[in-house]
Amino acid sequence: MKKNIKLLPVVAFLLSICTSVLAVNPVLDIGFVGVTSGPAASWGISNQRSMEAGASLINDAGGVKIGDTTYDINIVSFDDQKDPKRAIAGMEKMAQQGIHYVVGPNVDDGAAAVRPVAEQQNIMYFPYAFPKSLYTKPASNAILGMVANYQSGPAIYKYLKDNKGVKTVAFIAANESDPLSQREGGVAAAELLGLNVVSKTVTYQVDTTDFMPVIVPIVKLQPDLLVLSGVAPANAPQLIRSARELGFKGLISTETGQDAQVLMDGAGDLANGFISVGGASTPEIKSAEMDEFVTRYIEMFGEYNDESNTKVYALEYIIATLKANPAAINNVDEFKNTMETFTAPNPYLKGDRVLRYVGMSSFGQKRQISIPLVVNVYNNGKFETLFVAEVD
Amino acid sequence: MEQVLTNGVYLGAQYALIALGLTLIFALMNVLNFAHGQMYVLGGFVTYTVYGQFEMPFVVAILASAVTLAIVGALVEKFLFRPVLKNSEREESSMLLAAGLAFFLDAVILLLFGEKQRGVPKIIDGVMNWDFLIIIPYDRILIGVLAITFIVTFILFMQYSKPGRAMRALAQDKVAAQLMGVNVTRYSMLGFALGAMLAGIAGGLLVSIVGVNSGIGGPISIKAFMMVMIGGAGVISGAIAGGFILGMLESIGLTVLVAYGDMTYLLIFVSLMIFLSIRPQGLMGKPWG
Repeated sequence: MKKNIKLLPVVAFLLSICTSVLAVNPVLDIGFVGVTSGPAASWGISNQRSMEAGASLINDAGGVKIGDTTYDINIVSFDDQKDPKRAIAGMEKMAQQGIHYVVGPNVDDGAAAVRPVAEQQNIMYFPYAFPKSLYTKPASNAILGMVANYQSGPAIYKYLKDNKGVKTVAFIAANESDPLSQREGGVAAAELLGLNVVSKTVTYQVDTTDFMPVIVPIVKLQPDLLVLSGVAPANAPQLIRSARELGFKGLISTETGQDAQVLMDGAGDLANGFISVGGASTPEIKSAEMDEFVTRYIEMFGEYNDESNTKVYALEYIIATLKANPAAINNVDEFKNTMETFTAPNPYLKGDRVLRYVGMSSFGQKRQISIPLVVNVYNNGKFETLFVAEVD
Repeated sequence: MEQVLTNGVYLGAQYALIALGLTLIFALMNVLNFAHGQMYVLGGFVTYTVYGQFEMPFVVAILASAVTLAIVGALVEKFLFRPVLKNSEREESSMLLAAGLAFFLDAVILLLFGEKQRGVPKIIDGVMNWDFLIIIPYDRILIGVLAITFIVTFILFMQYSKPGRAMRALAQDKVAAQLMGVNVTRYSMLGFALGAMLAGIAGGLLVSIVGVNSGIGGPISIKAFMMVMIGGAGVISGAIAGGFILGMLESIGLTVLVAYGDMTYLLIFVSLMIFLSIRPQGLMGKPWG
């Protein structure tokens, strides 16, 4: 008897382990392949952290019920270092782990490089890259995770033409594929609207640290609008500051997401009036769930990144679509079928806005998540909503 | 053109200050410090923290960057490069160590300071506008003057101080210097600390103008290597000349060639390849190393 009593703590310990094991939900792995190191780390890290904050909220709430099973969400991340070869390796790693849903890559060449792997291995992926060939037939596994510049650019230029009297526009872009292709799209859209494009050849190296020599030729032209095509958040404040210090008086805009703190740190009041694209961001439109997401993000990582206003959506879309059709968990064809008719309430915005797949106008098939096109203007350390539009 | 030349001089002063530390370390130890850019970034983040976050005076922040990087440099030399150089006959061992150190510092800086671009409040407001021929913010003038002051101070230190003379002797002929009583161990560590300190000062000064982010260390190192190659590896005056030449080429190219897209760097790299094939030791380097 005495011997049995001695064994009691051991039995209790084993029982507690068994109970806790039984209480843990099965895990649903969602992948992320993107750039989380080097000069463009900001793009991928905001992606990864958005997914991890979203997963943390779901798991703390007891998991997500898909069909009859409640899952915990686990984010499997891979840093592709903005290198297409590494992106392919990352996507192959996801395939080896049996993952069917991956967010990323962040740039054009990475997104194009992983396409064969994704299609062979039945992976749906959500790039933050704009080439239409990724989303038009015969491609079918990529879903654009944001609003493309050829969708936001025309809306912004038209607004500025109609409301601010913009007549002349100049473009500046980093000398790499994404910003250059965004510049081409922007120039075409501006010309279509009848704007006079006074400069479209000024470029800068991605590793530029001092932009004053770069921007001198544009400032001399004094266009009504200066477009920073595909500008990285790290470069935007420096470009704005250099332009303003050299005496540029016109408007400055971009079609990429930016971070208010970075603008304030790098350009201060000189960034006032800068126009960029956001997501579920400004107080006028964001919901209580979005506030909860931001709070969790700050708790986990110490500081919020406004780029996550757009990047909060991809994980939400994946899970909401799987909830709509549980058979899609291991079958991407089911996922594709569900996308055609899928709608769900948008938890991050006030009002009756819905999550749905769009892209018929741009790609001829629904291969884009619907994110409100929120055009922001930066003023005194925060973004204010300039206007909100829809993309189809 | 006045604006272009002004930008070129300013860029040149920046670049020369960045390249000085790299060439000093190469001269003393024959080490290609691939982590030089990361040391610049660390210096920038120290100034960002002291001046931008703790709101202490800018001078204190620069001093903090200088001291921090000097300590980092001394420790790196003592615990990493010294044993490797002592135990390995192969030059690539120190190169691999430097590359590893660069990756390590990249990761540490990313963990400590995050992925975002950081900047600090302007140290002086206002812009000097000389009849629209030259427009330059006052803070750039100050940073340019400070950069040149640091360069001149460094040259005077190397020329006239006892440690400076010892380090120059070490750079010219290590064995002869040792035979003349120069403490090689001590002055190698001092030289590495001084090189790292210069990187830290450059990072600290420039964070007030261009900001800093955790990913720019690699590109900064590449640019610094270009300047050193132009001027001649291991030659102080060569690094300064390389910095000013690169700054001026960039500034002129970006204006004159603007209509042709991004031709500036293409032409700079092509010119550099041709130049090095004719004069591999650079402008002021010696053919024998």
